[in-house]
Amino acid sequence: MSLVFDIALCALILGVAAMALLGRGLFASLAFFIVYGLLIALAWLSLNAIDVALAEAAIGAGVTGVLLIGAWQALNAQSALDPDPVAHWITRVFAGLGCLAIGGLLALAILAMPGGTGLTTEVIDTQGQLDLGNSVTAVLLGFRAYDTLLESIVLLAALVAVWSLTPQGLWGGIPGPRHRTRPDGVMASFGRLLPPAGLIAGVYLVWAGSDAPGGAFQAGTVLAAAWILAVLAGLQDEPEVTSPLLRAALLIGPALFLLVGAVGAGFGGFLAYPEGFEKPVILAIEYALALSIAATLALLVAGPPRRPGGAR
Amino acid sequence: MSPLDTLIIAPLAFALASLGMGRRGAWLIVIAAPVMIALAVWLCAQVWAAPVGHSVGGWAPPLGIAIRADGLSAAFMLATAVAAGLIGLFALDEFAPPKDGETARSHTFWPLLYLLWAAVNAIFASADLFNLYVALELLTIAAVALAGFGALKAALRYFMVALLGSLSYLLGAVLIYAAYGTLDMGLLAQRAEADLPTLLAAGFITAGLIAKTALFPLHGWLPPAHGSAPAPASALLSALVVKASFFILLRFWFDAMPGISGPELAHLLGALGAAAVIYGSVQAIRQTELKPLVAYSTVAQLGYLFLVFPLAGAADEAAPWAAGAWSGGVLHALSHLFAKAAMFLAAGLMLRAAATKTIGGLEGLARAMPVTVFAFAVSAVSLMALPPSGGFMAKYLLLTSALAAGAWIYAAVMIAGGLLAAVYLFRPLARAFAGKETPVIVPTPRWLAAIPLALALLASALGLASAGPYAFIQAGAPLAAEEGLK
Repeated sequence: MSLVFDIALCALILGVAAMALLGRGLFASLAFFIVYGLLIALAWLSLNAIDVALAEAAIGAGVTGVLLIGAWQALNAQSALDPDPVAHWITRVFAGLGCLAIGGLLALAILAMPGGTGLTTEVIDTQGQLDLGNSVTAVLLGFRAYDTLLESIVLLAALVAVWSLTPQGLWGGIPGPRHRTRPDGVMASFGRLLPPAGLIAGVYLVWAGSDAPGGAFQAGTVLAAAWILAVLAGLQDEPEVTSPLLRAALLIGPALFLLVGAVGAGFGGFLAYPEGFEKPVILAIEYALALSIAATLALLVAGPPRRPGGAR
Repeated sequence: MSPLDTLIIAPLAFALASLGMGRRGAWLIVIAAPVMIALAVWLCAQVWAAPVGHSVGGWAPPLGIAIRADGLSAAFMLATAVAAGLIGLFALDEFAPPKDGETARSHTFWPLLYLLWAAVNAIFASADLFNLYVALELLTIAAVALAGFGALKAALRYFMVALLGSLSYLLGAVLIYAAYGTLDMGLLAQRAEADLPTLLAAGFITAGLIAKTALFPLHGWLPPAHGSAPAPASALLSALVVKASFFILLRFWFDAMPGISGPELAHLLGALGAAAVIYGSVQAIRQTELKPLVAYSTVAQLGYLFLVFPLAGAADEAAPWAAGAWSGGVLHALSHLFAKAAMFLAAGLMLRAAATKTIGGLEGLARAMPVTVFAFAVSAVSLMALPPSGGFMAKYLLLTSALAAGAWIYAAVMIAGGLLAAVYLFRPLARAFAGKETPVIVPTPRWLAAIPLALALLASALGLASAGPYAFIQAGAPLAAEEGLK
């Protein structure tokens, strides 16, 4: 049964990928790409990689999808879209041959590998030292915490890059358009109904993340979705980009993480957690990170400031 | 407390602080520059005794991530601290917040500067292939955003190439992890074999990194991106960003995989480098605007770096000094770092004073702003590889290795590259000295003009006192640096 499911899933993934690549309309391609992300999440699920599946669904399909559609909408509004984006057939043939060659070589290389489980046993044997039941969290916040620290700052760097594109004179303004919906419409009801549930789910995902699938990145995405939904429903406007509260939300996660790392560097070693307090410290970092990731993702979706702020 | 950790933590802390502080964040550079230089000097003092390194969080590889500093890392971190610090101070002129409130640029430039700084330091310290990927991503985002301060279209093109490079690198790192169960370069050096998965992975990693280093023929994104950014951003991009991806290539082939390359790959990289030297120089000669000229000069100068791969160890007993070509390549990277930072900053001041973009518009500028034109000329001396300069010492080492190994073509390319550099750099200098009138310009503040001069003199000092840096970069250098790639 599972084999049948896997084969069907693989066929679906290939089919959807082909539709995303070969579709003539850009919007249709985007839609297929989002479906592709969800199917990939299913594939991770069937490989028992639940954390990866959550991240793929939330970020690969969810946030990326919103960003892509947002970009499409903005380009379409300016009539800046190429009506016939298909490249010359010679280019396409060469691109296809190149992909085929790389894909073939990759397949040969993977078949030639001895096959192994990587570091799975070492991780499981060592994660007890951090008092964590979830191997993924043990790797992300323990063994390779340095990578995660840098990753959380990469996200912030992306937001700074987006903000650097603010049109002249609008710094300190509000990102994104003002959304208005009918107060009794579907969107407004969703905007009221879902964010509280998202809030609880986000808090739970961090808490559960130490022993079960979950963690700061997944929780941050769920919280960001609640934020975006409230804005789309017109219930709450985005904050001004210079708002001190917003800055605090953006910085608290990376700043706390960095502080813990620096204190460690002063005493035992860079990013060495205080002995006996590994789990509470990791949880505190994860909660702060979830908040910062949520704020960063939501503002990435909103884009650079487009309207003057109210206070000015 | 180790300066190695602090050199990564401090710029990240400055980035977060400048993001949080708003208007006052710009002035942090006055603290950051001396602090970072002091930390880097401290690290160099430690490394001079013996290379340092440890596992982050106490988790040893393969589970955890190791960071380390040998002479190569420490030298690059010190050069970065000096160059980024001085460029940051220079940027106060353009990106300090105006009196009536901050702007998007005055707010975002500073975090981007510190993030870029943190990313290159993380790269210089890392011994882990995936950690290097994360640092590369941080570097790419900061660099593209800074390029976007100039021309959005050029920055987007740069973004596409850099992302493709990142993906290619990541694919290679994933294959290596799947094959060897580790990402640590020290462990890989013991385990790596020249089989299909490894060679393919190494190919992906190399291809990704040469795209990011703008090696010919993947250089097309560089001249518009570096040529249209504001002067401090151009200086950061040309001096630091492209060096970081080259640094990873050097680490990857000489430290992690010294045994698998074979002469074909080394000569392929060498041939592309040689082509870059000639092509970049010819394009630089053809430019009519100053900044694209300087940017094409970067394409040419980056080419020399890749001559390290075929020439390292090529001479064996015949080499007058051990590790001649490898050291020459590293010294070339360091002196280009200083010289190009100086040249972009000086060019920025010259173009602003003359209110022009073209070389023709520089006429008589040497009389109006002698210090700045002198800084441009001193950095040009290093790029032309004339004594006394770091560029001269570097090319001398590379050239003697090539001649000792009988690699006549590489030797000829290097000599031709020096002559061509003299041609393209002589043109703006000749214009600056031409005419009899002294153009009336807005005077440049003295402290501002002093910064490119200081950087240019540092590039010269690398040649005058080359014995020190030469001995320093040997500290903990890999065996392959001396014996060459197998």
